Amino acid sequence: MRVMTGLAVLAALVTAGGAGAAPAGRVLLVAPGPHAGERAQEALIDAKPGDTVRFAAGTFAFTTGLSLDVPGVTVEGAGAGRTILDFSGQEGAGEGLMITSSRVLVRNLTVRDTRGDGIKSKGSDRVSFQDLEVEWTGGPKPTNGAYGVYPVSSTNVLIERVTVRGASDAGIYVGQSRNIIVRDSLAEYNVAGIEIENSMHADVSGNTVRNNTGGILVFDLPNLPQMGGHSTRVFGNRVIDNDTPNFAPPGNIVASVPVGTGIMVMANRNVHVFGNTVSGNASAAFLVIAYAQPFDSPGYNPLPRDVVVRGNTVGRNGFAPAFPGGQEIAAAVGGTLPPGLWDGVDRFTTGGREQQEPVHVHFLDVPALSLNLGVAGAPPEKATPAPKPAPAAPPPPEPAPVVLPADQPGLGR
Amino acid sequence: MRRLLGRLLLLAASFLALLPAPAAAAVAFAALQAGSPPATLSQTGLFAEMEGRRLAPGVVPYTVAAPLFSDHAAKARAIALPPGTRARLRGDGLLDLPVGTVLVKSFGYPASAAGPAVTMETRLLVRRADGWVALPYVWDADGREARLRRAGARVPVRFAAGGEVHALAWAVPNVNQCKTCHAVGTTLQPLGVKARNLAATGDLARLARMGLLEGSERLAAVRAVPRPDDATAPLELRARGWLDANCGHCHARAGSASNSGLYLDWEETDRVALGVGKRPVAAGRGSGGREVAIAPGQPERSILLYRMESREPGVMMPELGRTLPDAEGIALVRAWIAALAP
Repeated sequence: MRVMTGLAVLAALVTAGGAGAAPAGRVLLVAPGPHAGERAQEALIDAKPGDTVRFAAGTFAFTTGLSLDVPGVTVEGAGAGRTILDFSGQEGAGEGLMITSSRVLVRNLTVRDTRGDGIKSKGSDRVSFQDLEVEWTGGPKPTNGAYGVYPVSSTNVLIERVTVRGASDAGIYVGQSRNIIVRDSLAEYNVAGIEIENSMHADVSGNTVRNNTGGILVFDLPNLPQMGGHSTRVFGNRVIDNDTPNFAPPGNIVASVPVGTGIMVMANRNVHVFGNTVSGNASAAFLVIAYAQPFDSPGYNPLPRDVVVRGNTVGRNGFAPAFPGGQEIAAAVGGTLPPGLWDGVDRFTTGGREQQEPVHVHFLDVPALSLNLGVAGAPPEKATPAPKPAPAAPPPPEPAPVVLPADQPGLGR
Repeated sequence: MRRLLGRLLLLAASFLALLPAPAAAAVAFAALQAGSPPATLSQTGLFAEMEGRRLAPGVVPYTVAAPLFSDHAAKARAIALPPGTRARLRGDGLLDLPVGTVLVKSFGYPASAAGPAVTMETRLLVRRADGWVALPYVWDADGREARLRRAGARVPVRFAAGGEVHALAWAVPNVNQCKTCHAVGTTLQPLGVKARNLAATGDLARLARMGLLEGSERLAAVRAVPRPDDATAPLELRARGWLDANCGHCHARAGSASNSGLYLDWEETDRVALGVGKRPVAAGRGSGGREVAIAPGQPERSILLYRMESREPGVMMPELGRTLPDAEGIALVRAWIAALAP
């Protein structure tokens, strides 16, 4: 009863703007103070399509995660750094804010120190994350949550102007999704800055990705409901000084990312990397490799295919490669690795049979090295590095720009 | 018209609840179908007498062979079928339950040296024409009434279990958390009332004898889930039954954790999907530094056990419904993994 009354007092009926096709929604206002967790969750449950759940300025200390399952709702604060959702005392739930509905916009707030992931959406269509800050305040630690902003199994995903710090896996992670834009964001002091995994049609642009272990990763992994990731453009990003020692808990795929990796493509197809500024990454500017673990996953292809690297501004990289055998390889080629590094794998074993396939990895305007490992899973000490020859075929055309639906929440703001 | 009827029934039900015991209140099936469900549990008419938790006539208690572990809480389950309707047996899985059905589950601890008997909450699942809805009712401290709390709650409890006294903040799930476990695709479904789960306890046969089960001629064909503590049943079936009840609701191909690729439900047959040699995807620190979900023959190297043993949010599994580890479940899954051939 107490909660109901509290909410009734705080729920202000607002007639929004009137012009758009969307119905005028209410604003459910949540203020900091006693029982804020319960009040916030109740607002997220009571919201109807078109409504806004608005957190006032201030710090909210939550003891459990929040969740939204109503479509067409905006969740917002008074601004990143002004509205702070603090989960350092979290006793339950796997993430700070979990979204399982569609047409949702989350914006203008900070999520801090969640025990698991920061903000997650699963199975959402048209989900947008704008002007957010997600951080773990204790610096890079393996006990930090895995992902900062984490849409998975979603379609039409917009992530812009978000900042993520300290994720023990990837700051911004988009998994098993389709039609994705990640732009104008900052990822720093994470293991991976931005990761696009098992996803189709992604544009990653205009981001600053610095002081992570690895900058931008485009991966495909086996044994998942959605595999065969393809058609990603990585362009106009600043991928700088990714120099934080890998602090991912072992067992996770990013635990194998060498410190000082700029942009890395693994087992994905049709990935175009252009117009980026890449410098200060000690292992490699551009790393293109096969998935090296044994796998039992029908239909999975561990090879990177149709990768194009062109027109980037490349500074000093590859001066202290941190992967096994890296120092020796660097020494053999004069002390510093060239910007492009390919493992030289075009064969893999699946279902007990070995398969070979041309991979078409194009470094169009930077020197590149092939490790000539041949078969997926070959140990790095088997490497026989040599300048990588250009593929016989011309590079594949660039994927079309990702276009989000006109009614994508927050689009254009 | 329907709403008005619902309100009248609601009014009638609340009236009945005010009458002195032992007036046998009828279950307020119509009120439970209304847009705004009864605010108190007494208004539902599911209990003939609230303080004694005595079920109303026609509300039939049942038990399941493999329950979800919920911090040692005792669970009292019951089903109320609208008059003249029956549950329908369709294979080993969920019973097909008619619109109007109410599933009732009360969570509590018996009296012990740590404190008096307590009931924290009673959860209802109500079958409506457009699907199931979850209604969590939290009991007042005096144990006389329970109130609908859709945003969940924390209830401090003290109880004794396994020779220890535990004090914890019992977490009543909010309606979204109810959905986390009960989601099948985009729908909400009951979990416990599966034919295979009611077979070993004898309750499936009992429902049939009461005339509440359609298709009971197929009763003998139901393949029962054994009780996890039934030492006469094969280890694998007991472990799979435990995993099904404790993990398989989310870790299923249409469950909340479908994106993990780890499927621990009873029906799963793919060895990698079951976790054997499967590397984590989004586990983060939940991996505990171990490489695969299940390392056959090596429980100490299996992420599954690490997360079952953990008490830390963000690491422990299941994410919801427990704060303590389930020692018996851990022993069972450990024994099963140890016995798996590499």
